Amino acid sequence: MLVRTRSRGATSPPGRSDTRRRVAGSLGALAIAAGLLSACGGGSGKTTLVWYINPDSGGQAAVAKNCSTAQYTIQTQTLPQDANQQRVQLARRLAAHDSGIDLMSIDPAYTAEIANAGFLAPIPAAEQATIKQQSFKGATENATWGGQIASYPFWSNVQVLWYRKSFVQKAGIDMTQPVTWDQIIKAASDNGGTVAVQANKYEGYSVWINALISGAGGSIIQDPGAGVDAKVTINSPAGVDAANVINELAHSKAAPPDLSIAQEGQAGSAFGEPNGAFMVNWTYIWHNYDTTQADVAKDIGYAMYPETVAGKASAPPYGGIAIGVSKYSSHVADASAAAACIIKPDNQGVNAVLTGNMPASSGGYDYAPLKKIYPETLLQLFQASLQAAAPRSITPYWSDVSGALLSTWHPASSVNSHTPAASSTFIEDVLQGKKLL
Amino acid sequence: VSTTTAPTASKQAGSRNKVVATDRAIAENRLGQRLVAPALILMVLVTAYPMLQALYLSLFRYRLTTPDDKGFIGLKNYGVILTDSLFWKDTLNTVIIMVATVAVELVIGFAFAMVMHRIIFARGLIRTAILIPYGIITVVSAFAWQFTFSINNGWVNAWFTWVPGISSTTNWYGDHWHAMFAIMVSEIWKTTPFMALLLLAGLSQVSEDMLEAAKVDGATAAQRLFKVILPNMRAAIMVAVLFRALDAFRIFDNIYVMTRGAQNTESSSFLTYRQSIEQFQLGMGSALSVLLFLTVLLLAWLIVKFFRVDLAQARGEG
Repeated sequence: MLVRTRSRGATSPPGRSDTRRRVAGSLGALAIAAGLLSACGGGSGKTTLVWYINPDSGGQAAVAKNCSTAQYTIQTQTLPQDANQQRVQLARRLAAHDSGIDLMSIDPAYTAEIANAGFLAPIPAAEQATIKQQSFKGATENATWGGQIASYPFWSNVQVLWYRKSFVQKAGIDMTQPVTWDQIIKAASDNGGTVAVQANKYEGYSVWINALISGAGGSIIQDPGAGVDAKVTINSPAGVDAANVINELAHSKAAPPDLSIAQEGQAGSAFGEPNGAFMVNWTYIWHNYDTTQADVAKDIGYAMYPETVAGKASAPPYGGIAIGVSKYSSHVADASAAAACIIKPDNQGVNAVLTGNMPASSGGYDYAPLKKIYPETLLQLFQASLQAAAPRSITPYWSDVSGALLSTWHPASSVNSHTPAASSTFIEDVLQGKKLL
Repeated sequence: VSTTTAPTASKQAGSRNKVVATDRAIAENRLGQRLVAPALILMVLVTAYPMLQALYLSLFRYRLTTPDDKGFIGLKNYGVILTDSLFWKDTLNTVIIMVATVAVELVIGFAFAMVMHRIIFARGLIRTAILIPYGIITVVSAFAWQFTFSINNGWVNAWFTWVPGISSTTNWYGDHWHAMFAIMVSEIWKTTPFMALLLLAGLSQVSEDMLEAAKVDGATAAQRLFKVILPNMRAAIMVAVLFRALDAFRIFDNIYVMTRGAQNTESSSFLTYRQSIEQFQLGMGSALSVLLFLTVLLLAWLIVKFFRVDLAQARGEG
């Protein structure tokens, strides 16, 4: 009798598997309900195009409204904040042939990967010609994969050097001439200021490293088209120059205390502090302090991205968004027409006014309201910077390259002249599948 | 005082085996088999297919976003993984988390089980209160604990400044051991009630007669605990440790929410997630999940061996 009671007790742990089954059941029911709902939505006659956007302050939603027609309405869906998570969600849905995505905002670093996987609908030749004609060269290059333009360049971001006018006056630096990283780090540390950069373990740090290496005339990868067999060229004098700049800043008094976790936002805050002096950051920073720190807003100056090596022109980081049309969309023709509308220079201008993300075409810069809220010289600097910008290597394996780079270059304080050699071996091993990332 | 246990099932089972099965028993057995067959077949289909698919994929170089580059590479993925320092580092982390959390949970869980077993007032209320953490979704509790340890708005730094090593500026996510500690506390808080529940089941099977007999013989409370209660709960303890150890080895949510694997706090599951979900390396990810499966299997076997109790007996199947 005793044995029996015992056994019954031991067999009854709380029903975990029951719970799981029930959860699975409810999920199933939910999926069916969702399916029915979306089927209802399609039945109203007018097509709804779903555009997956990266989070912004309303620019893309406004453009979606502008480009909705009598035939279709463009609806936006927001992707995660993190660029890599955006890529993960898009690629996973597209790999599952999700027809619920018609349009998507793609970070230029991942265009090659998504295009190479065959997830994007081809762009009509006439439209490709329009894109080539209206867009900046860098924007077109970043949107090109396998000799074809694979995505519609919508905005082109570029980093410039932002500085506090009061600080450079105190430090006595002539900002009308190109400055070097060494110069601004020394000036900041000698005068109690900081140099804000992006050095958290995330894509933004890869952006900085890439810009430093390109500025010294080098590159991370030489023939990115070769995929996993691409030649890794980071172990070069240019790589060492870049490592030296990072090392100098990380060990200088000019390094903000949160350097190892600094993203664009943290850099912006550090720059707004009383000891803020210099910062490299994207175009949208110009209006960042308008409402919160009006005194800082009045104190901001801007110049070309700093040089890695004195006398050699810098290569500012290039970013932005291009629009992709999903191959698995049920409305490819409508979606293509919508994408063509979205990237019209005026719509690029509308977006730029609302978000500070600058147009991918010089036509976009002609949008009158944009000229009203940005000084002419700043708009010229942005365009000049875009001409000089260095894109990240255009390879389907960029996320691996970037991840391997971050594994070996983070935190910034650990970087020294041996880092490029170590990272070169590691990137090669990761690409060849010999090492886990 | 010698250890006292109730007559074990295996002895009984042994003697029962000698009895020739009757026709009725055989027929009942057959009926039973037929009744469970549909469920069994469905389960095999649902679980076996993904497992075999993973095994198959693990032999390929296959990346979701470069479909043209797919190729059969035999056991190369396994070779890469087993010689990679990151894999072993993550495995060590997982083992540390598993051993530490299960050990602490066993002690606290036993105390809770005792309370739930012996309590005479507000029984329902106290039992419910103890079980609340288990009813909370892990992601939610992980966020709660992330805020708790946060340097900006957490209360740990504010309340425990009197503890040596903790100050108002202690960054719990700033280095490996602090972050591991925070993750383990969250895990322990969340799953101790489950442990307590399993142990309560075992506790309620310890015969009151034996406890009284021990008391009459003059056994102290400690002697009754170690010589009567615990030996008679061995099967329940084994089930509890087995369930929790396997669960703890697959830890993911807490790490994902609290550190995202930063400060070298990545677990084996997290590594598998990154390879297959974030990097789309389906081949490598599958190989990792096969290895994770084998490790869990090995672990289950070790625990069963270590406690010298067979599961069938624990479940009362002779």
